[in-house]
Amino acid sequence: MSFIAHYNYHVAIILAMIGLYTMISRTNLVKKVAGLNIFQVSVFILFISLGVMDDGTVPILEEGYTSYSNPLPHVLILTAIVVGVATTALALALIIRINEAYGTVEEDQVQAKDEEP
Amino acid sequence: MDTVIDVLLLAFLAICAVSILRLRDLFAMAMMFGLFSLISAGLFTTMDAPDVAFTEAAVGAGISTILILATLAQTARREQPVPSRSKWLPLAIVWVTGAVLIYGTMDLPAFGDGAAPAHNHVAPYYLQESYKDIGIPNVVASILASYRGYDTLGEVVVVFSAVIGVLALLGLRARPPGIVTGPPRPLDHRVVLKVIAKLVVPVILLFALYVQFHGEYSPGGGFQAGVIFAAAIILYALVFGLDEARHVIAPRLLQRLPAIGVLIFGGVGLLTMLLGGNYLAYNALGENPQKAQQTGIILVEIGVGVTVASVMLLIYFTFAERGRGKKADDGDSAGTGAGSSGGSGGSGSSP
Repeated sequence: MSFIAHYNYHVAIILAMIGLYTMISRTNLVKKVAGLNIFQVSVFILFISLGVMDDGTVPILEEGYTSYSNPLPHVLILTAIVVGVATTALALALIIRINEAYGTVEEDQVQAKDEEP
Repeated sequence: MDTVIDVLLLAFLAICAVSILRLRDLFAMAMMFGLFSLISAGLFTTMDAPDVAFTEAAVGAGISTILILATLAQTARREQPVPSRSKWLPLAIVWVTGAVLIYGTMDLPAFGDGAAPAHNHVAPYYLQESYKDIGIPNVVASILASYRGYDTLGEVVVVFSAVIGVLALLGLRARPPGIVTGPPRPLDHRVVLKVIAKLVVPVILLFALYVQFHGEYSPGGGFQAGVIFAAAIILYALVFGLDEARHVIAPRLLQRLPAIGVLIFGGVGLLTMLLGGNYLAYNALGENPQKAQQTGIILVEIGVGVTVASVMLLIYFTFAERGRGKKADDGDSAGTGAGSSGGSGGSGSSP
């Protein structure tokens, strides 16, 4: 098995793990959202990679071409990107409200304030 | 050649991701995040997915980055050092999960393998029959708007619900005490920026309309056109100030547009039912099935475009409006000053 045959999948997994690590090891909420977005992009890359055909081209039908890359992942991912930014905006709006209520966006400080009597 | 570009772009992505993890300065992190998205858009282009690349470039490198910057302007500029609790547990979780997933890729077919099961199930049907069924060459558009119309309607409703959430959290509630509205600070003295913006904004708007209405024949469609259109108006708002941009689209109209878009999409479905077909079965719209399908797709894509563009704009305006206030006592953590719309985007230009 050659190195290149699974390179895309491996890098997608590495990116996902960097995103996951950012989410679980950092306390800053904005940083966590950035980590979530990295994870999200890694899933996009995995899906689009699965749709690639070696001799294929862009899935827009045209005389003279018979082999196209798989259009289904493209449909899934392009809607997922727009839904992703909408949910990211919702998360950021929550962070702004948390900052207004607690005066901080660090998770541990928010928890400490909650535990105060 | 393609392989070399693929390998390089993925390596760049990994480097960007690590620097996003390590950067303490969150503004720098936001810019790195924009770069990360732009590189991934390039990667999607090399993998024959121009529709996805459009969307990622406009959304990831444009709108998400601006939203993160707008949030940072209202919260803290720097990340505080991580408390010295054990880093071993997160690291162990990540290594174990990653190892298991990489072990799982062993069974995946090789990258670009034409004999992979994914290419031999339902995809050949779409590639071979969609031109006969619908008569438009862009297979992505025909799947999105016709074959998978239900899914797309669901996605549009999700986007619509997200904007309702954002408005409920930020738009309708009063600002907390201690924050007063400062005067708007457009970038009055940045002549170069203003001239360039004046040149570029109409071209972006025109391109958005092209992407919307030519989406059946070339990469594009409602989702892509919506985000590109919103990006142009957001650029205008960043350079000329929020009030000027508010003149372009009246807030009362803008608040209704997301619902109008969803209603157009759903209404097409009801119309096909009234005409005797199933929900979103466009063949009922006319005698000629291909023409009827195309009419349905164009109508539905307009609904998608209207919803996506107005949702992105509403979210941006809500964030920027919230960030306009200045802390009355000039707080310590938000020391950079929650800027106006101009300040939140042009982070480097804060005084």
